[in-house]
Amino acid sequence: MLKVVGVQTYYGKIHALRGVDLQVNEGEIVSLIGANGAGKSTLLMTICGNPRAAGGSIHFLGQDISRLTTDRIVRQGIAQSPEGRRIFPRMTVLENLMMGALTSEPSYFDNDLERVTDLFPILKERASQKGGTLSGGEQQMLAIGRALMGRPKMLLLDEPSLGLAPLVVKQIFQVIEQINKEDGVTILLVEQNAFHALRLASRGYVMVNGRITLSGGGEELLNNPEVRSAYLEGGAKV
Amino acid sequence: MEYFVQQLINGVTLGSIYGLIAIGYTMVYGIIGMINFAHGDIFMVGSFIALMTFIALGILGGIWLPLALLVTLLVTMVITAAYGWTVERLAYRPLRGSFRLAPLISAIGMSIFLQNYVQLLQGARVRPLQPVIEGHFILMKSAHFSVVLSYMQITIVLVTVILMAIFATLISKTALGRAQRACEQDSLMASLLGINVDRTISLTFIIGSLLAAVAGMLFLLYYGVIDFYIGFLAGMKAFTAAVLGGIGSLPGAMLGGLIIGLIETFWSAYFTIEYKDVAAFSVLVLVLIFFPTGLLGQPEVEKV
Repeated sequence: MLKVVGVQTYYGKIHALRGVDLQVNEGEIVSLIGANGAGKSTLLMTICGNPRAAGGSIHFLGQDISRLTTDRIVRQGIAQSPEGRRIFPRMTVLENLMMGALTSEPSYFDNDLERVTDLFPILKERASQKGGTLSGGEQQMLAIGRALMGRPKMLLLDEPSLGLAPLVVKQIFQVIEQINKEDGVTILLVEQNAFHALRLASRGYVMVNGRITLSGGGEELLNNPEVRSAYLEGGAKV
Repeated sequence: MEYFVQQLINGVTLGSIYGLIAIGYTMVYGIIGMINFAHGDIFMVGSFIALMTFIALGILGGIWLPLALLVTLLVTMVITAAYGWTVERLAYRPLRGSFRLAPLISAIGMSIFLQNYVQLLQGARVRPLQPVIEGHFILMKSAHFSVVLSYMQITIVLVTVILMAIFATLISKTALGRAQRACEQDSLMASLLGINVDRTISLTFIIGSLLAAVAGMLFLLYYGVIDFYIGFLAGMKAFTAAVLGGIGSLPGAMLGGLIIGLIETFWSAYFTIEYKDVAAFSVLVLVLIFFPTGLLGQPEVEKV
């Protein structure tokens, strides 16, 4: 479904991605783990065309999207819940969700809104509250809900568990699984919380300094000694 | 008392014009964080287009006055909006993503260009227009002073109120308005949701120019004389109004416009007319000392 080949990205002079290869098949949950600054978020943003890839190719559903503008890429069916959630702070929760629905048919709106508020009932209670007044966990739910409102074929999630209480993290991961199983949305999940992310994923990739250094099945990576020592047991770097 | 009421009427009229221009400043600032110094000159271009259209219609002759005004209004709005759009396209868009001062300098350049362009084509002298909307009511009368409310003043305030109502609905209720606000709050996120940010910015310039065009036409009808330089001072005042109300805030721009209009009028009426601009700008300084984000502006809050 998504095929990233040899992608290079620069932020000014910083060489953030140094030839990344990654593939996500339809219906999968794929996790991308790695330390701070490894380039995980940069990869998600590069897939969405901001910044543009300086080299390599990105194919989505067989089409090369690496030369398209961000809004065009998104309209192909890719949604992102980005780093830092990026809720519109001075819009209500409902308006935020409406913004998410721009890329889908207006006639789907009521249905999709119901689905999202089923997944995250708190969003219904907060519907008329401004986005900026929500708690971190609620904002994360809103960010995922907003991304779902566009009926994406593929969802890119950037650190959905960051800074949240363990109970909320658990809920978020449950919903991610639900979206994948029940709505058939393919998911590329970026996480520092390697344990949760790999347990959920059918496959995973490990990123270090702008390169993919390891890949394999989720379970396989969980049991990999390098991964264990670097990301799970806390301690020595790879 | 009568004198006071008269100044109030005059001030509100002037403030309406400032408010219409101020919206263009505040919207552009909201969305790309830049002061569009050429906006005052877009207002000036608008008043010239209105003048030319009106004269052209006069030559054709025999058109029912309200119809002539409506045609002039539409022509002025369309052509002025085209100017606003072109300025953004030529002078600002290529500089997006460069350092912060670049578009600002480009804007000052556009402002100088537009002034000289109109000066070359239309001459440096003031251009008059004979009074179009004449007549007035007398509201109050005393031995030595009567309060006059002219039809022109009613038109200005009425047009402003109607436009503001349309504009406020557009921003708060429509998809276009939501896209505009989304780009203003987080343009990267807006693009991730499928919004074409460049197009939304263009639309912002068009909307700002439409309102400036109306202000330009009202200014022409109210004062009856214009020249290539009116955009500078009116632009400065409107910009002040936008900052006073809280730059980025739409109701703030309107409120700021009214306040600046009132201060200017009252100062001229009760003190010396020469220092009316000093008075207006001094109030700006005072307000900014006590409310650094303006009267209705929100401070930047970042939630982690």
